[in-house]
Amino acid sequence: MLKQVETSRAIAETVALCRPEVICAYPITPQTHIVEALAEMVGAGQLQHCEFINVESEFAALSVAIGASAAGARAYTATASQGLLFMAEAVYNAAGLGLPIVMTIGNRAIGAPINIWNDHSDSMSMRDAGWIQLYAETPQESADLHILAFRVAEELSCPVMVCVDGFVLTHSYEPVDLVTQGDVDAYLPAFEPRQVLDPADPVSIGAMVGPEAFLEVRYLAHHKQLRALECIPELSQEFRERFGHASGGLLRTYRTEGAETIVVALGSVNGTIQEVVDDLRREGSAIGSVSVCCYRPFPLAALRAAIGEAKRVIVVEKSLAPGIGGILSTDVRTALSHTSIPLFTAIAGLGGRAITKASLRGLFKGAEAGVLDALTFLDLHTELIQRHLERESKRRRSGPPAENLLADIRLLAAQIG
Amino acid sequence: MHKPFAITLEVGSSLDNHTGSWRTERPVYRDFLPPCNHACPAGEDIQGWLYYAEAGEYEKAWRKLVENNPLSAIMGRACYHPCETACNRGQLDKAVNIHAVERFLGDLAIERNLQFEPPATKSGKHVLVVGSGPSGLSSAYHLARLGHQVTIYEAESKPGGMMRYGIPQYRLPRAILDAEIQRIENMGVTIELNKKVDNLASTMAEGRFDAAFLAVGAHLAKRAYIPAGDASKILDALDLLHGVETGEPVQLGRRVIVYGGGNTALDLARTAKRLGATEALVVYRRTREKMPAHESELQEALEEGIKIKWLSTIKASGKSHILIEKMRLDESGFPQPTGEFESIKADCVVLALGQDVDLSFLDRTAGIEVVDGVVKVDSQMMTGHPGIFAGGDMVPAERTVTTAVGHGKKAARCVDAFLRGTSYVAAPKNPVADFNRLNTWYYSDAPQVVQSTLDRARRESTFAEVVHGLDEKSALFEARRCLSCGNCFECDNCYGVCPDNAVIKLGAGKRFEFNYEYCKGCGLCAAECPCGAIDMIPEPS
Amino acid sequence: MPAPLIKFYQTGTFTIGNRLLDEEALSVQADELRPNVLTSGHRACQGCGEALGARYALDAAMRAAGDQIIVANATGCLEVFSTPYPESSWRVAWMHSLFGNAAAVATGIAAAMKVKGRPNVRVIAQGGDGGTTDIGLGCLSGMFERNDDVLYICYDNEAYMNTGVQRSSATPPAARTATTPAVGSQPGNSFGHGKSIPLIAMAHRIPYAATASVADLRDLEYKINKAMRIHGARYVHVHVPCPLGWGADPRDTVRVARLAIETGLFPLFEAEFGNITDKTSIRHLKPVEEYLRLQKRFAHLFHSGADQQWIIAIQEIANRNIREFGLLAEVSHA
Ligand SMILES: Cc1cc2nc3c(=O)[nH]c(=O)nc-3n(C[C@H](O)[C@H](O)[C@H](O)COP(=O)(O)OP(=O)(O)OC[C@H]3O[C@@H](n4cnc5c(N)ncnc54)[C@H](O)[C@@H]3O)c2cc1C
Ligand SMILES: Cc1ncc(C[n+]2csc(CCOP(=O)(O)OP(=O)(O)O)c2C)c(N)n1
Ligand code: SF4
Ligand SMILES: [Mg+2]
Repeated sequence: MLKQVETSRAIAETVALCRPEVICAYPITPQTHIVEALAEMVGAGQLQHCEFINVESEFAALSVAIGASAAGARAYTATASQGLLFMAEAVYNAAGLGLPIVMTIGNRAIGAPINIWNDHSDSMSMRDAGWIQLYAETPQESADLHILAFRVAEELSCPVMVCVDGFVLTHSYEPVDLVTQGDVDAYLPAFEPRQVLDPADPVSIGAMVGPEAFLEVRYLAHHKQLRALECIPELSQEFRERFGHASGGLLRTYRTEGAETIVVALGSVNGTIQEVVDDLRREGSAIGSVSVCCYRPFPLAALRAAIGEAKRVIVVEKSLAPGIGGILSTDVRTALSHTSIPLFTAIAGLGGRAITKASLRGLFKGAEAGVLDALTFLDLHTELIQRHLERESKRRRSGPPAENLLADIRLLAAQIG
Repeated sequence: MHKPFAITLEVGSSLDNHTGSWRTERPVYRDFLPPCNHACPAGEDIQGWLYYAEAGEYEKAWRKLVENNPLSAIMGRACYHPCETACNRGQLDKAVNIHAVERFLGDLAIERNLQFEPPATKSGKHVLVVGSGPSGLSSAYHLARLGHQVTIYEAESKPGGMMRYGIPQYRLPRAILDAEIQRIENMGVTIELNKKVDNLASTMAEGRFDAAFLAVGAHLAKRAYIPAGDASKILDALDLLHGVETGEPVQLGRRVIVYGGGNTALDLARTAKRLGATEALVVYRRTREKMPAHESELQEALEEGIKIKWLSTIKASGKSHILIEKMRLDESGFPQPTGEFESIKADCVVLALGQDVDLSFLDRTAGIEVVDGVVKVDSQMMTGHPGIFAGGDMVPAERTVTTAVGHGKKAARCVDAFLRGTSYVAAPKNPVADFNRLNTWYYSDAPQVVQSTLDRARRESTFAEVVHGLDEKSALFEARRCLSCGNCFECDNCYGVCPDNAVIKLGAGKRFEFNYEYCKGCGLCAAECPCGAIDMIPEPS
Repeated sequence: MPAPLIKFYQTGTFTIGNRLLDEEALSVQADELRPNVLTSGHRACQGCGEALGARYALDAAMRAAGDQIIVANATGCLEVFSTPYPESSWRVAWMHSLFGNAAAVATGIAAAMKVKGRPNVRVIAQGGDGGTTDIGLGCLSGMFERNDDVLYICYDNEAYMNTGVQRSSATPPAARTATTPAVGSQPGNSFGHGKSIPLIAMAHRIPYAATASVADLRDLEYKINKAMRIHGARYVHVHVPCPLGWGADPRDTVRVARLAIETGLFPLFEAEFGNITDKTSIRHLKPVEEYLRLQKRFAHLFHSGADQQWIIAIQEIANRNIREFGLLAEVSHA
């Protein structure tokens, strides 16, 4: 049933259809609307057999989910940005213990400077934690991926993050086809934990493992991710058949047939990219794009196949690894190894900066014309940066440090004043 | 359940890890000798019988007690209980009132008419015991238990020795005495009364005895020279006590002077009061501290109004007065005359200056050696004459009922060995459990139960027993004050405090066992054993 | 002691058990068939108070819950010595997640049991003093405040032992640790005002909070038992000497713990909904010096020329406890 709703609401209602048993949350923009909606559903009795726990921190939120999941309950939480970092230790722990928790990330920049707007720095920081990471492209997929996430998580006994662009998706109002309980129940069987804390059949979960077995444990974690590469397409296919939505999968190509230029990106920006691709195709460019849905595990083979015989690849990414550049680019580069296809990285949309069609168009054209740098910061105010750097180089400290320090402080005071 | 590799483990699997290999020291359970047992001249296993008494198993307790001493009811009254002096609890609050529990058990056994088990086998040997005092009775009992036929020859018309003719009734009721002697007779021991042995050699031959134990006591009163006028009345304490016992009329007058500082003197003074004397004054040449009489007896005597003249000797005795000279103690603690005299009103003087042994019946027995008026015996309690043993007051030792009983027991074992052609070797003694072995924190604070006494008026006019027994509740409480020094009493501490579960509880009465597979040798069990029954020893390599 | 008085028998209720007690009056630890939740073969040091305390507490909990318990354990010695791959010493459903989240993990387990309709399964969280008073305090406080149905047991050995004896907020003043060396003008840990988690627990007005010690098993079992009969957030803080970290003889673990009680340095009390309801009186009052002398972490206080003021200051702490908790009130005879 199509419904004009805020995506956060759509996510909440979809999560509710997954019959979560324990939900714990700690507020952080832009995740709040999701958990608020769930709290309301639990409170109103709409979502039954579910404990909603208001915790005192994200660290506790995920820890509660860990306990609940280990005790056999379907557990869900959501966070973003600083919250994800605050629970970082538990993020690794949940994966290490193989607990099929599902967590929504309302993707948001990380401070300082503090910033509530969208980029992918938060989920990127946890890309190696052992979780499966799925990135939603549309409001519909934002909702749908949660059903798939629970299915995959429980199938593999591995936690899954569903990454939804903050504000861009979470706060957008668009028609979403909300699925039915019956369909969800048919797709997502009741949680049957691989291992569980049960007094009737006690085990000791969470041993200390030394050098003699640690490598093997880590290998198995990697192996699990590789299995996910097989499992996700299958379950996505099943999802599509049941629900009729083209959500999920490892990646989705857009007009890549015969493309010389292929743009790769994660999440909602793919919509804008596709519009620009349409425009450029109309103008005769051989261009297409790939929306990577499953970032961890990274679908190297699928991406390699999607790129095919393209002449260049442009990665548009909403995260930055200072000191090297792109993060997604690094993974894409791995997919391109043993080819000579050049790869261009565009860091775009950090901290909520709008990614306009015009800028993308310029970017892609530049690449086609062979004038694009390997690393570009899309729409960077170069003059501002220039001025700043100049000033900085003039003011470089010399002489007695104390004096300079005092001068700086005075300057700062003057600025504040 | 599918267990993820290495992260999830099987419960209890650490049993594969034998931490016993960490040990450098290992705990071992031991039985130490409790100080009470160690101090008991009769060799009673006091801690052993208290263990049963604590559980309310009184008959078991009594049977455990009489393994060493058949005279529990008597001993609970007459013994000066050196066990209590030694009792470790004395260092905590007050010693366990052992004698009161012993008396309770003895009285209970009489009340329930408990009898000794007859011996399982008979040896065919016949042993003569001369004298039916505590030593003779004890040896007879133990010899009988060992399967020998025993006959006691007793000069008096009633058995018991000094327990009957010395210790007054108000301290030892005769019904008790009779009952405990009767029980020994019921076992098959023959007591022939009015049968004084004048010539041991011929008695042995006539009776075709295989061995003899002599326990004739010390009955010859020691005398002191006191210049006395014709009309003055000087009597002997033992004669008097004997007379009281046999019902002879005794004339003491109103003011009685008792000369001496031992228990006999006090018993006599207290008896005199009961016989109507208005005043009983004990004259003793030294001080209270030096007095041989037992403190508790002095206390009881003072309660009954007995007066004591310390540091005094009697110089002369007349019809109605005596003359005493004041003494002072010299550096060596010896009394020296001061030349100060005092005259005191007195109707009679009773001498209680100790006794000698009448050894005339041994004149014709070869080899018997007498030193300082007592018979010399070797480590086997045997005199110089093979097969003739002696004990009690007639040999050099402390003169108490308890020592006498101990001698009787030991002699019985030696006689038994002699009859088998061997000599008696005592089982090696465990080391004494001294106070610093104990972890006393665990013991409840529990004040000693004090026995009640007869009221003063009745004490001064009748021979009724002065000190009352304990009721069951108090006896049980008192028994439970025992710290069980050096012997496991199954408090479960070792079992509980082991951080490695390396102590196996074997079940009630079976104590515990160490599981050396896991014991790391930390020593907590030994440290927290209240009674010090665990030792840490170096790990055998 | 609030535990039921048992008729006088030599040791009353002070020993673990004794042969003459009625079945019902026996401690769990005296039982031949006790659960032994933490079984042999664990790798705790000789005489480890924490290993002892954990078995005492969990055995009691296990009994009280008819064997239906799940335990969440914080990182620390207890976790490390009990579950190094490939062997576990636990005989109970147990999990270890992280250092600072045991309370939250337990909340999650309790929530799971609630939705699954298994109210008979009781949840316990446990950790060391570091995992409780420092890094885990946030999660603990949250669990208290929500009144989650969890019993949290802290095994207080007064430092971060597992990492090699560093100071925690439970380390007593003047104690030498690896990060509070016995050097300088004020050797050892500084004299602050301390951090009492039991009092912090009480400030949350949770249904039950108590202190206990490995030196008083009956009291400990009584408190665990009581805690297990209550639903909601409960807290029991158990004093567990660490021979290694305290520099005490392994055989003295219980003795040292006992002296902590008898000096007044570790008061035993219980509180319900934020109000103290009972305390254990000191049986034989001891000067703090007797306690300090057994431990090398305080050795510098007794070197020749050492400033006496530190011992006096520690005695002052004991005196204050005695005053504030009324530890010298009438002693009841067992
Ligand atoms: C007044 C008094 C009070 C005492 N109070 C206590 C007390 O409270 N506690 C304590 O421990 N001790 C006490 N004693 C000491 C104690 O009574 C003796 O040490 C103990 O009785 C010695 O026992 P025995 O068997 O060696 O000799 P006795 O008890 O003296 O028995 C010897 C027996 O041998 C008999 N006999 C002697 N010669 C012959 C013979 N030739 N033929 C056959 N029979 C013979 C005697 O008639 C007597 O019955 C007291 C002594 C006296 C005098
Ligand atoms: C987040 C985090 N910080 C630090 C550590 C290191 N660490 C592990 S155990 C431990 C000490 C534990 O101390 P405590 O909780 O008092 O338990 P104990 O070992 O003393 O029983 C520390 C600091 C860790 N594991 N995790
Ligand atoms: S360091 Fe301390 S707490 Fe840790 S195992 Fe050893 S004794 Fe126990
Ligand atoms: Mg600690």
